[in-house]
Amino acid sequence: MCTTCGCGDTELVPVELHEKILAGNDRAARHNREHFLEAGVLALNLMGSPGAGKTAVLEATARAAAPKGWRLGAVSADLATDNDAVRLVKAGIPSHAITTGQACHLDADLVHRSLHGIAWQRTDVFFIENVGNLVCPAIYDLGQAANVVVLSVTEGEDKPLKYPTMFLAADLVVVSKCDLIPHLDFDMAALDDAIARVMPRPRVLKLSARTGQGLDQWVAWIEEQRLAHGLVGKVAGLAAHVHAPKP
Amino acid sequence: MHEYSLVEALITRVEAEVHRRKALKVHGLSVRIGELAGVDAGLFQTAYDTFRAGTVCAEAPLTMRRIPASWSCPSCRAVIPRGAPLRCDACAAPARLDDGGDALTLDGIDLEVP
Repeated sequence: MCTTCGCGDTELVPVELHEKILAGNDRAARHNREHFLEAGVLALNLMGSPGAGKTAVLEATARAAAPKGWRLGAVSADLATDNDAVRLVKAGIPSHAITTGQACHLDADLVHRSLHGIAWQRTDVFFIENVGNLVCPAIYDLGQAANVVVLSVTEGEDKPLKYPTMFLAADLVVVSKCDLIPHLDFDMAALDDAIARVMPRPRVLKLSARTGQGLDQWVAWIEEQRLAHGLVGKVAGLAAHVHAPKP
Repeated sequence: MHEYSLVEALITRVEAEVHRRKALKVHGLSVRIGELAGVDAGLFQTAYDTFRAGTVCAEAPLTMRRIPASWSCPSCRAVIPRGAPLRCDACAAPARLDDGGDALTLDGIDLEVP
C-alpha cells in the first residue's frame, strides 16, 4: 500500500540484492565440500577440453599412486556414454558415470546426486572428471578441494590466453601428452608464458600418461593437497551422507 | 551454453523474491557481469529473452553492467598492465584481480508491491 496517504495504490520498490547468481550452486557446493572434508576425502575437479587426456591421466594415476595405498574413486561426466567410467573401473578406480544429456558442465547438485551412486566415503582421493569443455565448467564450484586443468600439447600454446576464466580457476595445470612434443611444433616456454598471463600463481606439471613422465610430481602434488587440507592421517569413511543440501 | 542455466538460476531467485514480498509485478532487474565471469553478455541476453516468457520476468527488461577485468599488486597497489604476466614487477607479488572482474551478480530488482 502507498505509505504516503494509505490510498491502496501499489508502489514500485527497488530491491537491492547484490547476490551471486550462482549462490544456490555455491550452497550445494559448500555442502559437498563439508562432506568430503569431514570424511577425509580429497576431492579434485578435473577440467579440460574433450580429448585433453583427463581419463588417461586418471588411469595412469591408478598405477603411479599404487605405492601410496590410497583408495581412489571417481565420477566421470560426459554428454553421452559411460565409456570413461568404464575405463576408470578397468584401471582400478571405482567410478560412476554422470551422463549429462545436453548439459555442458557439472554443477554441485549433479555431483551431489551422483555421490549417492558410489561409496565415495571409502576413498582417500576422489576425482570429479568434468565434462570436456574449456568454458562452462570453470564457473561452477562443485565442492572440490582443488581444480586441475588438463591441457594437452596438441591444443596449442595460446589456449590459456583464449580461455582465461578456466585457467584463472585452476590450482594446477597438467600439460598432458608431453611424449608427443618431438612430433609437434610446440613451444613449452610460450605455454608457460601464456599461463603466467592468466594465472597469478601459476603451477604447471608436464606429464605423459603413456611414458610416465611427470607422474611422480603429480602424485606428490596430490599428497601436498592432502596435507594442505588436513587429510593425511584422517580416517576416511566416518561421515554418513544422508541429508539433503542445506537451503 | 551455460548462460541458459545461469538465467534459470536468475529467474528462480527473482521468483523467490516476488513470492517473499508478495509482489504484483517485476519491472526490471539489473545484473553485473565481469569480464572474467566466463559469461558472454550477448548469449546471456538471448537466454534471458528466451526463458523469461511465461515467468514473473516476462515484462521485465534486463540491465547488464559489464565490468572490465583489471589487476593490481596487493602489496604496492601498482596496476598490472593489461595482458602482462600477473606478477608485480616491483615486488614480485602475485597480482590480485580487482573487484568486479569476475562478478556474476544479481544487483537489484524493481518490484511493484501492494
